[in-house]
Amino acid sequence: MPTSTAKIEELVSREYQHGFYTPIEEETLPPGLNEDIVRLISAKKNEPAWLTEWRLKAYRHWLTMKEPTWQNVRYQPIDYNAIHYYSAPKMKSRPKSLDEVDPELLRTYEKLGIPLREQELLAGVAVDAVFDSVSVATTFKEKLAEHGVIFCSFSEAVQNYPDLVRQYLGTVVPYNDNFFAALNSAVFSDGSFCYVPKGVRCPMELSTYFRINAAKTGQFERTLIIADEGAYVSYLEGCTAPMRDENQLHAAVVELVALEGAEIKYSTVQNWYPGDKEGRGGIYNFVTKRGICLGRGSKISWTQIETGSAITWKYPSVILRGDDSVGEFYSVALTNHYQQADTGTKMIHLGRNTRSTILSKAISAGHGQNSYRGLVKVMRGAEHARNYTQCDSLLIGDRCGAHTFPYMEVRNSTAIVEHEATTSKISEEQLFYCQSRGILLEDAVSMIVSGFCRQVFQELPMEFAVEAHKLMGVSLEGAIG
Amino acid sequence: MSMSKQPLLEIRNLHVSVDGTPILRGIDLLIHRGEVHAIMGPNGSGKSTLCYVLAGREGYTVTKGQVLYEGRNLLEMSPEERAHAGLFLAFQYPVEIPGVGNMYFLRTALNAIRKHRGLEPIDAMDFLQLVREKAKLVGIDERLLKRSVNEGFSGGEKKRNEVLQMAILEPTLAILDETDSGLDIDALRIVADGVNALRNEQHAVLAITHYQRLLEYLVPDYVHVLVGGQIVRSGGPELAAELERRGYADLEPQATATLQ
Repeated sequence: MPTSTAKIEELVSREYQHGFYTPIEEETLPPGLNEDIVRLISAKKNEPAWLTEWRLKAYRHWLTMKEPTWQNVRYQPIDYNAIHYYSAPKMKSRPKSLDEVDPELLRTYEKLGIPLREQELLAGVAVDAVFDSVSVATTFKEKLAEHGVIFCSFSEAVQNYPDLVRQYLGTVVPYNDNFFAALNSAVFSDGSFCYVPKGVRCPMELSTYFRINAAKTGQFERTLIIADEGAYVSYLEGCTAPMRDENQLHAAVVELVALEGAEIKYSTVQNWYPGDKEGRGGIYNFVTKRGICLGRGSKISWTQIETGSAITWKYPSVILRGDDSVGEFYSVALTNHYQQADTGTKMIHLGRNTRSTILSKAISAGHGQNSYRGLVKVMRGAEHARNYTQCDSLLIGDRCGAHTFPYMEVRNSTAIVEHEATTSKISEEQLFYCQSRGILLEDAVSMIVSGFCRQVFQELPMEFAVEAHKLMGVSLEGAIG
Repeated sequence: MSMSKQPLLEIRNLHVSVDGTPILRGIDLLIHRGEVHAIMGPNGSGKSTLCYVLAGREGYTVTKGQVLYEGRNLLEMSPEERAHAGLFLAFQYPVEIPGVGNMYFLRTALNAIRKHRGLEPIDAMDFLQLVREKAKLVGIDERLLKRSVNEGFSGGEKKRNEVLQMAILEPTLAILDETDSGLDIDALRIVADGVNALRNEQHAVLAITHYQRLLEYLVPDYVHVLVGGQIVRSGGPELAAELERRGYADLEPQATATLQ
């Protein structure tokens, strides 16, 4: 291997920054899954009967399902009876203000760079902090309420807005959608809920910060976002976990509903613990994310920066039901060491003049394996539907892999579907060119990788662009110049 | 030029192989500040190899000889260190870097070099002014500055972009690897103007070229003829004209072995 390749591999092998564990007293249910556990989770959350029944329906269906094997990833079978399905920091009742929150928890989020005290927060970002199975704090609730925006933990939404939850829960990702979604529907513990009323432009970015802390625990959160007619909301999601030798399962479900003329922008910076250099440990990130553009002229845009997890399995998708609706998917996925990612999207065109854009950037280093898998489906009634897909892969070193699996199903002859794909290696020529101008090798690598991701980074809200750059080992200046 | 001064670049009996094949077979060259040297030679004579070895590219093995730059062992320095020390190579085929803004690239390079000189990073407004001024000098459309590095540039635009980088980085030793090839006469003149602007007692230029054309605008102090990995003749600017008339045919290394 040329020395520059060895150096590059070393540069992309940064230590995981968020691998600490918070020693805090947690209440954890015994491992394993059965109807009693499902009922117990529901009871702990004081849920109405219809929701308990819904969970049980999902659980019973899950028992009949098989774990999918079609994805291009390899892992040891998961023992679902060894997982704890619920773990929460001990609290007498849900704290009413931050003063009641365990200071240890506040410190945890501070250490992660997410201060929960409003005066310390980035102006313009409201945060819901989810720690293992429960939401521990939500900021800026009052300010949002002035605009009629509901932003709270899922558990609170079930108590305070049961009708909204009941109306939309499972309408985008049904309880029997797939193996992991069914599991989530049975045991989901918390997550975020957001409703933006008619014509309201949400005055700040909303964000949820997911933290896995407890060992041998799965995190199964559920997020539901509804943008009513003409509403707009931008939502950010961040994730980290401690370093551990065993794998942990994270099986979340996110549902987005955009009514007529509404727009939802959903951004993720996923930095779950990726495992160590030998591929030990790390999070299995098996997530179902889907949005529906229900109304005419609505828009859903997914942007994801996937740098963490041992295995990533997710396909944030859009069902374009309303005429003239728009779906977008922008993705950067980085796999290093022994990380594996099988990620992409599904764009289902039902309405007329519906448009979708897919832009996927995959970076593989070390022994990392990166697969793009995407489906573009144009149904019979989707007159003049359009899709543009671009998949680019960048290889760093010669032991990694990049794969592309595009699927297209077009049942309307007026549709236009385009697909472009490229695979390139970070070239010695580019690096030498930068170096010969006095730019240090590590800055040159950052610069080239950041240039490769630029189109996706541009889609991120400012605050997240900063985070994404840091994650990619890139200075902020890199992509903004 | 006083020969008592320390040379800027001193190449002594340099032998270089690529994948085990000898390409350079004993080069000697002395360059002082203030001088413009031209190296001419046919295809395959080792011109680009010499450029890459001086700039520090991987894959070129020095089997014998040494290179001193301001008295330091150049061959031990990384490509970045060479750039920091004032060495610059204008590439024959500049590479494209998608997604990296040309302006951002230039500013990063300039600041890296300034840092080495103990200077603060350049102020954004000052930088903009500097770039505009130099872009005008080398006849580069400002729109090119907003694009990604060399991406979608024509051959001529890439060459001008190299000269722009040179004008901004103000190297002590500028090496031009066939910067004239593929340029029309107007572009050639602009490139030569860019190089001539650098010409003073502090800087030196080593222009590698296949044709004499460039040397009409960029009158060198010395001309060297590189054939078969050796400098077979050296002389003044009149040598270039002679080569243009007679070609390289009777300058094979074996025929001129006595010159070594």
